[in-house]
Amino acid sequence: MHEITITSGRMNHGIDPVLHAWGWEIPVYLFLGGLAAGLLFFSAYFYLKGKDKTFITAVKTAPMFVPLLLAIGLGALFLDLSHKLYFWRLYTTIRLESPMSWGAWTLLLIFPLSIFWSATFLKDVFPRWECKIPMLGRFIEWLKEQRTWMAYGLIILSAVLGMYTGILLSAFNARPFWNTSILGPLFLISGFSTGAAFILLMSKDAEERRMFSRIDMVLIAIELFLIVHLFMGFLASTEVHIEAAHLFLGGPYTAVFWTLVAGLGLIVPLLAELMELRGLHVPVQIPALLVLLGGLILRFIVVDAGQSSRWLYKFMQ
Amino acid sequence: MARYAMAIDTKRCVGCSDCVAACQTENNVPVGFCRDWIVEEMHGQYPTLDLEIRSERCNHCADSPCVRSCPTGASHYEEGGFVLVTAEECIGCKACIVSCPYDARYVHPEGYVDKCTFCIHRVKEGQDPACVSVCPTHAFIFGDLEDTNSEISKVLRSRKNKTLIPEAGTKPHIFYLI
Repeated sequence: MHEITITSGRMNHGIDPVLHAWGWEIPVYLFLGGLAAGLLFFSAYFYLKGKDKTFITAVKTAPMFVPLLLAIGLGALFLDLSHKLYFWRLYTTIRLESPMSWGAWTLLLIFPLSIFWSATFLKDVFPRWECKIPMLGRFIEWLKEQRTWMAYGLIILSAVLGMYTGILLSAFNARPFWNTSILGPLFLISGFSTGAAFILLMSKDAEERRMFSRIDMVLIAIELFLIVHLFMGFLASTEVHIEAAHLFLGGPYTAVFWTLVAGLGLIVPLLAELMELRGLHVPVQIPALLVLLGGLILRFIVVDAGQSSRWLYKFMQ
Repeated sequence: MARYAMAIDTKRCVGCSDCVAACQTENNVPVGFCRDWIVEEMHGQYPTLDLEIRSERCNHCADSPCVRSCPTGASHYEEGGFVLVTAEECIGCKACIVSCPYDARYVHPEGYVDKCTFCIHRVKEGQDPACVSVCPTHAFIFGDLEDTNSEISKVLRSRKNKTLIPEAGTKPHIFYLI
């Protein structure tokens, strides 16, 4: 027998009986951050490739949504703070050891950059739009000349943002399920995959759809490979990591993860896109929506499961 | 420079929770929260049962993940090895809470993150932390590890002791005499 009890009675809100410090705000932000990173990456990459005439949705239209997505994500992050009026403290220091610190600084760079970037395409997306303020008009004209270096900046920053959404969690050694370096690349790839799905959903151009369908298939395949590796790594690691893996291999997250994330979020869209390529007609909205939903659910599950995995008091029922 | 630590004798502790109540009173801990708690761990099978009673709290780790993960520097080391939170710098992001393998932190109803301070206000005046001074079985020894003649240094040399989950790699500074 091995029994552990806290006999003085500890019921700290958000900590006991199982840690629940982070609610819906964090997964929503991680999802929107990853999606925004994907959209910015594709826009900047295909702009530099000279595809701004062919992949109009990816290069010009999709980035219009990014400032809004990021604003909602940052709003969620702000709601999560329990000492809200002190949020500006984030920007009085840079703490390189803290992923949250350099995440905050990355957002401070990428958020305005995404606004500037999408501003340069306003005229292309809304041809009838006229800038009423001459100074602003001149500024946008000037920004258009800076597109190339902005695109390079966006490629680097979007990769950092996409990785960071995973590293934020993987840096916590106290939560065995998060404590794997796979989480950085997994969230990066998943974010880019949701970005590709978002573009697929909006694009009306057959060539662009074919391209992003292919990109999405490759990304989904990599994601499945990373998920297998995630569990292989856990199962080959220490006791707490093995227990963390078992949360998904027979434990409480098994059904929801393997059906909603792996099944409906990855394998079904992969097959649907494969069938589409083989000439069978599958409405593109179906795999695209499934990928987006799968990405969102993945983040909810990972944030939740990480907080359920622990080092101490494991025998406490 | 001093390095404060605590040794808790599991052979003396009877699990009365006096340390918990003393901390709540001394530090105005909000109702419904606690900075320290009593854990009872039972091993074996009747009639050969082995019970270990521990008073647990923040381990004031020398390599604290909470200090590392804090984006503003609110979680910091104070001279003497205390791990503290500056409420006016804390944004309440809860990164430190999830980073702590001992689950020693919580969000204070006023919004900032709170935890055991080793009663630094008392230690600075030469007193023991509240939990230490109130213990009816004298199970606690609080002192400076840098001073080789301190009671805690001596007891850690002479008695078999352990820390909780040293494998988490945080260099905890609450020692349990076993």
